Amino acid sequence: MNDFKKTDSSADTPAAGPEAIRAIPVRHYGRYVAAVVALGIFGLLVWAFANGDINWGAIPDYFFNDRILKGVRETLVLTFLSMLIGIVGGVVLAVMRLSKNPVTSSIAWFYIWFFRGTPVLVQLFVWFNLGFVFEYVNLGPIYKDQWADFMTPFLTALLGLGLNEAAYMAEICRAGLLSVDEGQTEASHALGMSHGKTLRRIVIPQAMRVIVPPTGNEVINMLKTTSLVAAVQYPELLRFSQDIGTTSGATVEMLFLAAAWYLIMTSVLSVGQYYVERYYARGSSRALPPTPIQKIKANVLSLSNRSGGGAKA
Amino acid sequence: MSTGTNDTKNVPGAGSGTAMVKAEGVHKSFGPVEVLKGIDLEVKPSEVFCLIGPSGSGKSTFLRCINHLEKVNAGRLYVDGELVGYRQKGDKLYELKDSEVALKRRDIGMVFQRFNLFPHMTALENVMEAPVQVKGVSRAQARERAGQLLERVGLADKAGNYPSQLSGGQQQRVAIARALAMEPKLMLFDEPTSALDPELVGDVLDVMRDLAESGMTMIVVTHEMGFAREVGDSLVFMDEGVVVESGHPREVLTNPRHERTQSFLSKVL
Repeated sequence: MNDFKKTDSSADTPAAGPEAIRAIPVRHYGRYVAAVVALGIFGLLVWAFANGDINWGAIPDYFFNDRILKGVRETLVLTFLSMLIGIVGGVVLAVMRLSKNPVTSSIAWFYIWFFRGTPVLVQLFVWFNLGFVFEYVNLGPIYKDQWADFMTPFLTALLGLGLNEAAYMAEICRAGLLSVDEGQTEASHALGMSHGKTLRRIVIPQAMRVIVPPTGNEVINMLKTTSLVAAVQYPELLRFSQDIGTTSGATVEMLFLAAAWYLIMTSVLSVGQYYVERYYARGSSRALPPTPIQKIKANVLSLSNRSGGGAKA
Repeated sequence: MSTGTNDTKNVPGAGSGTAMVKAEGVHKSFGPVEVLKGIDLEVKPSEVFCLIGPSGSGKSTFLRCINHLEKVNAGRLYVDGELVGYRQKGDKLYELKDSEVALKRRDIGMVFQRFNLFPHMTALENVMEAPVQVKGVSRAQARERAGQLLERVGLADKAGNYPSQLSGGQQQRVAIARALAMEPKLMLFDEPTSALDPELVGDVLDVMRDLAESGMTMIVVTHEMGFAREVGDSLVFMDEGVVVESGHPREVLTNPRHERTQSFLSKVL
């Protein structure tokens, strides 16, 4: 049967060069079994949720509710500001950690050790409860106030998330800076460029290629981690969803709604991340990776080529 | 510290009028390993000065001392009559600030074995970078000058390419153009053709030959004996951190007096 096909196909193609191999591919029966099992489990889950006591209609009803939208806004603001603190703090810590000054590098090491070694939720609670320890914020002549007035829930959330993030960003930045070949610094110095210019113009742009992908992950993680601040009385997406859930009686539905919003936001961020990575990849590979739109175009083209080419496998 | 005894006294003049580079008992150690054990030599302006020797003999280290990428441990090193890396006041030496070192490096171009082009910039941007950032030349002016330099090294059509899109030989020629953009009075070449495919070596050597003819002072660490013989004005054979033999390239290469030089050349030529 095998031979039959071969001779058959070679008959109608002109005999130019060695004839193309047309073999029967290996059948992977295990894959069929796995696919059936996976589909079965997925179907059961869908069936269970479809038949559960869930008021699906509540989700679209509240999807663009004012409080939900406010929560989305708060979540985004909190993500943005704490990442800002995290990135700036991370760069400073990374430079401190890599500096030749043993005092600054030890302090940076200690900071990273402490903030990476304790859970964010614990840190948030500590910031939240510092009012029991300090009565006043006293910066001498510059600023003096009651602790409770100074440490608002917003500041608690921001400091808790931002300072924790700085420790992670420091390690990411350090890895990035170390990834740049020493020859680059030497070449730059040999041209008479200062340390600062070398860092800004030569080292950091190259380090970015290593720094950007994990930072994108950190942003996405941060967006989700902001939900923890519900525990320290700062209202954001999760908090508002829960509130609506308890008053309207649609607890689970509102959690689904929050999850949907988180998914939408993280998906948008991933797309942004792709383009930022692409920007920093310039020069590192001979051709830039295609954008999704270019990919789709190429796929469509190859599809039409295949059907036009007439070789049906 | 002071292995060289008599070199602390008679410094200020130091015969600075003639020599572009002057080394007096230069020592350099990396930890316990002494790489340079007292180098004395003199490079005159407009001279093509070749350094040869087996790997690990200290030639590259010496080259890197000249623009203070490595610190000299003992002895004195002068470029254009000025002490490298230090300032002398009375009989005390003061380390130069980073900014002062950078200022001196402007006048010394360096070409590396592994090119070290900036991969995130096009060829043209690589050549423009230092004049714009260090000398404050306007971008338009720097672009025009960079274009001329790329033409001079035969790569006018590659201006918009990133280093990863260029062959090794092309990258090295861009690196030469980049160093020339700072209008240096001295060019250091650290085995500029060692990382290249044999058929690409010629293009780079042609550019260097051109440069030598234009009167540039060049110190070249190389294994290209042909280049040294044709283009070089002086040649030094180094081994284990000392200068074994020096003289005119044709003489040293055809008629080595020292046994160590003979055995090295017999393997290389």
